[in-house]
Amino acid sequence: MTESPDAPDRARRMILKGAVVGGLAGLGFAGSAALSTAYANADASQWPANAFKQKTEADVLKELYGKAATASDKINLDAPEIAENGAVVAIAVTSTLPKVTAISLLVLENPSALAAAYKIPEGTVAAVSNRLKMAKTSKVVAVVESDGKLYSATKEVKVTVGGCGG
Amino acid sequence: MASTIRVRAIASGDTTEVQSLIQHPMDSGFVKDSKGQIIPPHHIEVVQFEHGGKTVFTAYWGPAVSKDPYLKFSFKGGKKGDELKVSWVDNKGTSDSLVAKIN
Repeated sequence: MTESPDAPDRARRMILKGAVVGGLAGLGFAGSAALSTAYANADASQWPANAFKQKTEADVLKELYGKAATASDKINLDAPEIAENGAVVAIAVTSTLPKVTAISLLVLENPSALAAAYKIPEGTVAAVSNRLKMAKTSKVVAVVESDGKLYSATKEVKVTVGGCGG
Repeated sequence: MASTIRVRAIASGDTTEVQSLIQHPMDSGFVKDSKGQIIPPHHIEVVQFEHGGKTVFTAYWGPAVSKDPYLKFSFKGGKKGDELKVSWVDNKGTSDSLVAKIN
């Protein structure tokens, strides 16, 4: 950039330059903020929206895994017999099946059957505990993907007060 | 603002047990407020846990997960002092993340 000997023009240039530098500094700051985390963040585009719209176990599993599940006694579904408060029902799943890659939990009487789906990468233990809402008394199904096949365990949980409002 | 994420990771032998609690309303979209208006769905969609540059656990949640969700899982390979990153994003695009140390 050539400097003009004309004073007012020079001042104008200084202001323009300042604005450019300020703008770059702003960009630089935004860039470094994004790079300061070495890891990737949770990505909403991975969320299986269609699976969460399905009403039945078969449709959820077809959408999520493209196949159906068979019952297995190698899945331990820990859920209360009676849940007094359907808004918070503690549910835990563990499995002794080999090569587990996914665990999901379905509450069949809820407005949408699928409650939660978990990805279990290699090296992660095939177990998860969480808390789910239940609209009313319902079968709870734990589905485990093991070595490319689907297995399930089912338990009925009686709900005294529903947890989906109304 | 304080983080919405509380996480405790404890290494024991070759396994690290992770417990997390996230502050979030997890509105299902079925509940009405005091004026009889439906509270629109507002829930976490994805929660991700990373250790050593590798994703060790991913949760996909629908509106049927309880308010202020709790989660427990375990993975192999974590050591005391290692970093564990937790991040979540909800259906409105809000997100938060936290890097915790394994104890």
